[in-house]
Amino acid sequence: MSDYTLNKLKAPRLLYWGIFLFLGFLIVIGLASSSYMEHEGHYVTGMNNQIVWGLPHIFAVTLIVIASGVLNIASMSSAFNKKLYKPLAPLSALFAIAFLIAGLIILVLDLGRPDRLIVAMTTYNFKSIFAWNIFLYSGFFVILAVYIWSMLDFNVTRFSSLVGKIAFGWRIILTTGTGSIFGFLVAREAYSTAVLAPLFIVMSLLYGTAVFYLLLRVISRLQSINIPDEITKNIRRLMIIFLLANIYFLILYHITNLYISKQIAVESFILLNGGGYTTMFWLGQVGLGLVIPLLYEMTNDEGRSFGLTITSLMVLVGGFFAVAVIIIGGQAFPLNIFPDHIILESSFYDNVIHSYTPSIFEFGLGVGGTSLALIIILILITNLKFIPVKK
Amino acid sequence: MNNRRHFLVKSASALTMTFIVPSLLSSNAQAKKPLDQKVTDKKSWGMHIDVDKCVDGCTACVDACNEENGLTGFGRPETDSQWIRKIKIKDKTTEKITTMPMLCQHCENPPCCDVCPTGASFKRVDGIVMVNQHTCIGCRYCMMACPFKARSFVHETLTTQNTNAPRGKGCVESCNLCVNKIDHGSDTTACEDACSKAGHNAITFGDLKDSNSKVRLAIESNSPRRLRDDLNLKQKVFYSNI
Ligand code: SF4
Ligand code: SF4
Repeated sequence: MSDYTLNKLKAPRLLYWGIFLFLGFLIVIGLASSSYMEHEGHYVTGMNNQIVWGLPHIFAVTLIVIASGVLNIASMSSAFNKKLYKPLAPLSALFAIAFLIAGLIILVLDLGRPDRLIVAMTTYNFKSIFAWNIFLYSGFFVILAVYIWSMLDFNVTRFSSLVGKIAFGWRIILTTGTGSIFGFLVAREAYSTAVLAPLFIVMSLLYGTAVFYLLLRVISRLQSINIPDEITKNIRRLMIIFLLANIYFLILYHITNLYISKQIAVESFILLNGGGYTTMFWLGQVGLGLVIPLLYEMTNDEGRSFGLTITSLMVLVGGFFAVAVIIIGGQAFPLNIFPDHIILESSFYDNVIHSYTPSIFEFGLGVGGTSLALIIILILITNLKFIPVKK
Repeated sequence: MNNRRHFLVKSASALTMTFIVPSLLSSNAQAKKPLDQKVTDKKSWGMHIDVDKCVDGCTACVDACNEENGLTGFGRPETDSQWIRKIKIKDKTTEKITTMPMLCQHCENPPCCDVCPTGASFKRVDGIVMVNQHTCIGCRYCMMACPFKARSFVHETLTTQNTNAPRGKGCVESCNLCVNKIDHGSDTTACEDACSKAGHNAITFGDLKDSNSKVRLAIESNSPRRLRDDLNLKQKVFYSNI
């Protein structure tokens, strides 16, 4: 694809408006859900003093992880000079911005006091990895905006490779930062290994690539163009590599945990006797998200776009479960306040495995936020030239 | 709305009294009442709990804390706030069963403060760890970080409030060692008072820096330990006979 130009999306009018209104509707539902939660208080959600982070956080973390991962396509072109991906780099950066915004908005709307966002933006505790993340996210946002501009405005394209390299480095730090949000929790045994950060990075690469391919499929359908076989083949190869890397780091993560003897209890909770969490881990995260797609792709004909679509969908659903197991599973297991004792009674549920049933409002917020990412993409690719077409 | 404004005014002035006024006055005014004084590191508040004296079924400390801080529940135990709670545990080797109160351990190295993005969770120089109800954004990261599950998130609109303990929907809160009483010159907490009133004397509170304080005597005449001392958080709440 050396001879290409960038175009605007020219989808059939009716289809465009249909999608637009549908996403808009979901966004309104998301806003309504969040304002209801805010007005009533969080007791209307499934979250409580035991499971303090719930479905909104699963959505938000998944989206932020995806945001960093979809940029991979642009990084391949700018940081690794893969010519094949150059035409797709602006789209990749646009997706990254959109998913980052969506993830952050969900996080903010789930705060107990979203009205105090300004406090969060002006008062920093520099010891907090959370505060650092606010910096990382805002920085990423600015870098991506400059990056997109440098790719679209032909007067400044010579900078785009440099900005692309900066974006590449930044996003690795950003994902490490996201993973570290959990890694810093000394008392939550499920999280206390250093492998969590690299695990987040490989997760981001995998989910990001899957999302990129899915969106590319949708856009090519809307625009009635074909994705070149070469691209499909390449993305498939990436997907297989990332699947293998994910499996490797996941095994490493759990083996590390099993080595730390005090973490054996929480490990066997996730791997063996955690009920719903164990099911989510084996069927969702491992089965649907990693093993089945890997086997499917390895036995599948090379470069079949339909197959890759199915794989991407499975990876994405599996990824959602993976984040859920990390976030909810890590909280469900009771804190080990008394290593030498068994807690018999407590009014604060210190002795039980916590259960979590998300409410419809949390789901509404998550879906609304995700729709926000999609509508941003839809609006921008319709009004600016992002889509590569052969000359 | 009116109620809320009323509360805001009250709590704002309570906060002014606790934080702003003392710092304004300290430089020139003669300190007569403790409220006029700036919080200093001359004192270090702490607590000793003798679990052998704590009685199964007694909730005097919990009731007193709820009263002191206006913690009225909504009949929803999973989301209602608990600043202090009773726990019953069994030793895995000796099978000894003990019951005791659990509360914020007022860590010297508090993970809750380390993770708080806005610094709303903070440790005073006298060792009290508390949440600034005006800057907490309700992210609950501190709840994820606390190894003792000492914190509660206010899950619903509060209708009744005590002026001496400002609270707010959407913010996180926890035991502040009756900071309001202390800043008014008291050297006891509501739970300690209630425990001794009930005749059990399991809780002893006081200044850890004063070698004659009752808490120091209690610590020296027992051999207490900190919970999860492997985490090296250097809590100010000590337990004996666990
Ligand atoms: S016990 Fe928990 S809330 Fe209290 S200071 Fe320690 S970490 Fe913070
Ligand atoms: S909930 Fe409040 S006190 Fe806790 S970490 Fe967040 S801002 Fe700080």
